[in-house]
Formats: sequence, structure tokens, C-alpha cells
Amino acid sequence: MQKISAPWEIERKLVIKAEEETNPRFGHKPYERPFQEYIKFGIINLDKPAGPSSHEVTAWVKRILSLKRAGHGGTLEA
Amino acid sequence: MTGILPTALEEATKGVQALLLTGKEYVCIMRLHSQVSEDRVKAVLGEFHGTIYQRPPIRASVKRRLRTRKIYYSNLLETNGRNVLFKVGCEAGTYIRKLCYDFGEALGCGAHMQELRRTRAGPFVEDEGLVTLHDVSYMFAQWQESGDESLLRKFIYPMEKSFELLPKIYIRDSAVDSLCHGANLAAPGVLSLDTKMRPNDAVAVFTQKGEVVALSKALATSEEILKMDHGLVAKTRRVLMPRGVYPRMWRGGL
Repeated sequence: MQKISAPWEIERKLVIKAEEETNPRFGHKPYERPFQEYIKFGIINLDKPAGPSSHEVTAWVKRILSLKRAGHGGTLEA
Repeated sequence: MTGILPTALEEATKGVQALLLTGKEYVCIMRLHSQVSEDRVKAVLGEFHGTIYQRPPIRASVKRRLRTRKIYYSNLLETNGRNVLFKVGCEAGTYIRKLCYDFGEALGCGAHMQELRRTRAGPFVEDEGLVTLHDVSYMFAQWQESGDESLLRKFIYPMEKSFELLPKIYIRDSAVDSLCHGANLAAPGVLSLDTKMRPNDAVAVFTQKGEVVALSKALATSEEILKMDHGLVAKTRRVLMPRGVYPRMWRGGL
């Protein structure tokens, strides 16, 4: 079988097509977002414990942080 | 089953789709149904890479029809009697429980999955900012008491982290809001882009400040886009930035 590279094994390089400055009046660098916004656009690298389902764990995070919405990146089931 | 479960908050929920595109890695203990030599286990595990066919197991959350999944690598780490510890890098949606069963068939002895831990989900790995539920509740309580937001900022990543492994296109400020309204990306809006992009690849469109705007589908290769002075370069699949963050520079139909 042919070897397929994992997404984390692929090396890419950024190439420039045109240059332009960004206006500091609009938007924020992700790490410099105001706190409320930072949380709203945030994601946690969570270590799922054994036992509860992915959905239950996500619901707990939602409750702990008193959020309106939370979702996970791919159910952890075998 | 334990391990990496990236959990998106509020608006970031829209972006978890990106994590289904950039692979998973697991460490698994498989139990063989009879003793097999380590060399043979090693050889069979090593054979499982490339595109495999897999029918989801009986207890599965998806429709049980035969589908293909990509296996990037599967390596033996250790054996102990009939227990086999191995590592596998694979496409999202690969059932490891089924993979163990198939290893058992290939070995001729039969096997089942004993224990599983996910060690990677796309860009999220174990030795970088991994937190437990206890950590989350502790740090939230600390923040409530002290009002020090740096605690929460430390363990919560910006949603842009989810897009780290996808090829990226950086665009002009003037192109941002049109994408937020669902428009496709045209060549003049592009400032820079990653190499190795091919048509139909999933790509992430970013502002120059590094904010993710949309998840799109490339319509040309990196080399082609670099030379284009007009025409569409990426079709918008999922808008991630709210409208109105950047000014509206385009003329609407009204």
C-alpha cells in the first residue's frame, strides 16, 4: 500500500502574492481579543476521563464555564 | 476511552469541523486471542497503512456501510504476552475497535481492543496545554475569585488553533466582510498563501492579523493562485467570523 502523509507530517511554506498593511482599527490578533470575545472564540485541549461519553464531558465544560454553547472536535469512541 | 477531546466554546463551535479534516492519533492496547510472535505482530501492524476499507462496528454512532479511511502509520510499541501496545495515525472516523478486530483476522488468531487513548486530534497534542475537567473547574473558580483573566487565557486557545494544520490563505482587509456574507474568494483579495494546495483541498482563510474568516474549498493549486489576477480561488464552505468586524467594501445588490 502507498504511504500517505499524516496532516501533521506535511510541511508547507507561505508564499507572498501581494503586500498590504492591515488596519489596526478592525479586528484583533487572536491572542489579543478582549476577554469576553476571547472566551467566545476559544477552544480547550481537554483530556477526556474514562467513563462519561464525549457528549457528557462537553456538557460538563459548558456547565462549569456557564456557556450557552459548547461542542467537541470528533466523538472519542472506539 | 480517554485522551484528547478538543472542546470548543460558544462561537468556536462552528470551527470544530476543521478538526475532522486533520487526522487523529491513538495509543491502543490490543488483546490477542492466542500467542503470536512479536515479529509477526510487528509485520502485520506495519502492513496497515494507506487506504483501508472499514465497516463501522455494530455499536457505532454512524451508518454501518463500508467506507474507506486513510491510515498514516501503525507501529508496534511493545508486547507483553498476548497484550499488544501500538500507535496509529489515521483519518477521523476510523474505528480502532474495528482495526483491532481486523489485525486479529490478519494475524489469524483473533483480537479485540482492550484500552484506547487518543494522543492527537489534528493540531492538539498531549504535551501542549492539555487540561483535565478538574483543571477547568479549578481555573474557572480561581478566575471568579481573583478576577485575573490570565488564568483562563492560559488554558483556552483561540479557535484559530484548530486550523493550524490546514493550508491557509491570507487576505486583504477589504475582502474580509464579503466572505463573512458568504461570498467566494477572488484572486485580487489574496495576499499570501501556503504551498502544496490542490483543487478541492479544504483551506482556511485568514486575515493578516491571523483571525480565521472562513473554511473554504480551494479551486486551484497554490502555483496557479499565485499567478491569477482575476477569477475565484476558493469557494466559501463555512463562515467563521461574524459580519461587520471589518468594514463593508463591496457594493450589494440593493
